[in-house]
Amino acid sequence: MKAGRSVNKRRDLLERLTLQGPGLVYLLLFMAVPICLILIYSIFQRGQFGGVVFHATTDNFTRALDPVYRGVLFDSLKIASITTVLALALGYPTAYGIARLPKRFRTTALLLIVMPFWTNFLIRTYSWIMLLNSEGLLNKALLKLNIIHTPLDLLYTQSAVILGLLYGYLPLMILPLYASIEKLDPEIREAASNLGANRFRTFLDVTLPLTISGVLAGSIFVFIPSLGNFIVPELLGGGKTVMVGNLVRDQFLKARDWPFGSVLALVVILFVFVLFAIQSKVEKRISGGAHAN
Amino acid sequence: MGVTYFFLYVPIIALVGMSFNASESPFTWNGFSTKWYGVLANDSTVMKGLTNTLIVAFTSTFLATILGTALAVGLHQYTKSAFLNAFALAPAIMPDIVLGIGLLALFALLSMTLGLYSVVIAHVVFSMAFVSAVVKARLSNSDPALREASMDLGATRSTTFFKITLPSLTPAIVAGALLAFTLSLDEFVIAFFTNGPATPTLPIIIYSMVRFGVTPEINALASLLMLVSFTAVIGAQRMTKLAEAR
Amino acid sequence: MTEKKNLIEIRNLTHRYGDVTAIDDINLDIHENEFFALLGPSGCGKTTLLRVLAGFETPDAGTVMLGNTDLISIPPNKRPINLMFQSYALFPHMNVGQNIAYGLEREKLGKNEIKTRVAEVLETVGLSDKSKSRPLQLSGGQRQRVALARAIIKRPKLLLLDEPLSALDRKVRAEMQIELKRLQHEVGITFVVVTHDQEEAMSMADRIAVIAKGKVEQVDFPVDLYERPKNRYVGGFIGDSNFFDGIATSTGIINEKLGPMPGNHYGRNITGPAHLLIRPEDLRVAQGDEHSISAKVQDVAFFGGASTIILTIDNHPTTILFSQPGSTSIQRGSQLQLTWDEQKAIVLPSDSPSESNN
Repeated sequence: MKAGRSVNKRRDLLERLTLQGPGLVYLLLFMAVPICLILIYSIFQRGQFGGVVFHATTDNFTRALDPVYRGVLFDSLKIASITTVLALALGYPTAYGIARLPKRFRTTALLLIVMPFWTNFLIRTYSWIMLLNSEGLLNKALLKLNIIHTPLDLLYTQSAVILGLLYGYLPLMILPLYASIEKLDPEIREAASNLGANRFRTFLDVTLPLTISGVLAGSIFVFIPSLGNFIVPELLGGGKTVMVGNLVRDQFLKARDWPFGSVLALVVILFVFVLFAIQSKVEKRISGGAHAN
Repeated sequence: MGVTYFFLYVPIIALVGMSFNASESPFTWNGFSTKWYGVLANDSTVMKGLTNTLIVAFTSTFLATILGTALAVGLHQYTKSAFLNAFALAPAIMPDIVLGIGLLALFALLSMTLGLYSVVIAHVVFSMAFVSAVVKARLSNSDPALREASMDLGATRSTTFFKITLPSLTPAIVAGALLAFTLSLDEFVIAFFTNGPATPTLPIIIYSMVRFGVTPEINALASLLMLVSFTAVIGAQRMTKLAEAR
Repeated sequence: MTEKKNLIEIRNLTHRYGDVTAIDDINLDIHENEFFALLGPSGCGKTTLLRVLAGFETPDAGTVMLGNTDLISIPPNKRPINLMFQSYALFPHMNVGQNIAYGLEREKLGKNEIKTRVAEVLETVGLSDKSKSRPLQLSGGQRQRVALARAIIKRPKLLLLDEPLSALDRKVRAEMQIELKRLQHEVGITFVVVTHDQEEAMSMADRIAVIAKGKVEQVDFPVDLYERPKNRYVGGFIGDSNFFDGIATSTGIINEKLGPMPGNHYGRNITGPAHLLIRPEDLRVAQGDEHSISAKVQDVAFFGGASTIILTIDNHPTTILFSQPGSTSIQRGSQLQLTWDEQKAIVLPSDSPSESNN
């Protein structure tokens, strides 16, 4: 009798392995292992001709704390943060506006937001070179309108980098924001105003807290790619604005100091985990009772 | 809100507009011309890059769709563990530079010579996560009783998978595949680290074009790529609509 | 009654989900060719029992015998049992005919035979003209008939129905109740219906098992469940009821405040703390010198066929339901003397057995 009962369980296990197995093994090999490699390499040393010598050391970490590199790390965090805040400032009203549109326009409105995102990132960044260049369209327009008399130095500044990152990742902020705003029950806001709250208070006390998961998700989707980006700082920042991404790329492809590059990459990975930990803590707080054990 | 749309589209309009610029420089307008599209068509480097990119995109999408769909169904049917589910989605959230250098390190460790196939391997990693996500979303709206009904009527698990589960997922699978395809077409960073020098993909070629020689040819290329992406996105959108209508 | 043969024998069946015991040592016999109902509130374990029978759960302990075969050792897709799901679970990408044929295709029958049997069964459920339609295009009642057809075409020994009428609106529900009974007789398959709706169970089933907290409280014919419930739980679950608490006497019970109240032990000779159950239709306005209690009318409602009068009694915690056929001249606020048929009033032992466990 027992044999019959376990046939069912065996078949379940077989199906589970067949379906999940290949995918999970693939990810283990080609995602988990590579990341572990980075973690491992960070404590070793660069070999004479590149490559890695398995001689444990903390030199890479101390080197990363050098003022030069520290400066780059702080700059990267600063730039990513500003970009995220700007994305929120621009994105929240937009997402809100789309959610307020009559149903039939919403999908098109969203599509229009997403479409630029589906064009090549390099090309989108390049278009800003075109616009911000001293001979570029923006300057030409401002000159023509007599707002300025000599072309502005817009390109190759930190602001240009922030602008480029913002442009690249804004849609990623808007989509999750829209998703959580759209779920709001309009009656809750009406209840608040019925109880005496004005528009501003309603926003602070009701709308914002209820959409916080969208805010968090959107912020993570903007902050992390911005932090690790090297294309925008290179193209729009010239040599003047260097971010952690550029450093990593240089270490891996030019200087061939992989262990040191790994340490720098660790910073980015660290922030990924930290942000997700924060996000899940906040989510737990919000859904409090709903997910109690 | 209008500011956002303005902000998003001005560069695009400028980009497309300048592709018809008769002058050598994309900054100064010198009359209307479609010659840059001609130059583009004859540019063998670009054409080679395009071919490479297409090879990578088709191959990686094919593999990613199979792996991703199976994984999504397997997880949905058998796993509540938040960890495994997060693991399956992790590639989508992992910064591309981290994946890029990690895979480069792995390939070097295995003494592999880099080429298009290493890019394919890399692209499958994140494409799979996106396919998984799309299919999983559709699965969570489906009736679990369908599978039980099929088995109740005498079908084995594998018959149920092929005759009941997969067909009901077709729109989601197609949408996921389109998504994966589009992402692979445009993907630069990971390809940059995992590609071999002899087989650049189109984004890599665009990168060198942008850094070194700037002519409206880039604008023309950009406009065409945008057209392709837009079509793919609208196609995926239609597919998801069809799925919801069922 | 003719001796009925057992189709299914369930012995000591137990199943747990983590800390919760969903089915607790259940013993049950289901006869061949009967319309059986598993009745109970949500969470009582009836759905778990259904899933164990269908094969989607393997019980932690106990046996289920189908004739001489151990049912549990057979995987779900090989059991001669079919399930009609609460959501119907029709395959959305196939039309009605393909849905119905699916089960036969799994039996590897010939194309022609399948075609004939599908047409047959479509006629039985009255959907012959809908063979090419898709589930989405059908109404709730039609979808249910497709789900039924899909199951009975396989000629199972046992057909399980999970809350078959819950998704239908009132009128369709009444029609389907009759339909299901007719079908069961026509096709000659044993039906086991799982439901929380006692009216459904009472009107359709030959026998009903009342289930609470994973245990079977009583298995009986509908009339007997109503007139002779075994305990307070069953008495209160089936139909409307009025309960009085007290100590059992040889002729009924003694209530602390209301005094002696005559009732029927139905041969059980209950002693100690007990309840008296009086059905609303067994109450009468007292004429003359019968045993009676004083009650005040709170509300009167007329439902077409009968009137329901709600009363309160001094020193009694719950309101009393009194029903009379037709309309009534009883006024709200008036004081009445209520009496009852002591042959129909049931003495029940105190404490439903399920309370003694946890």
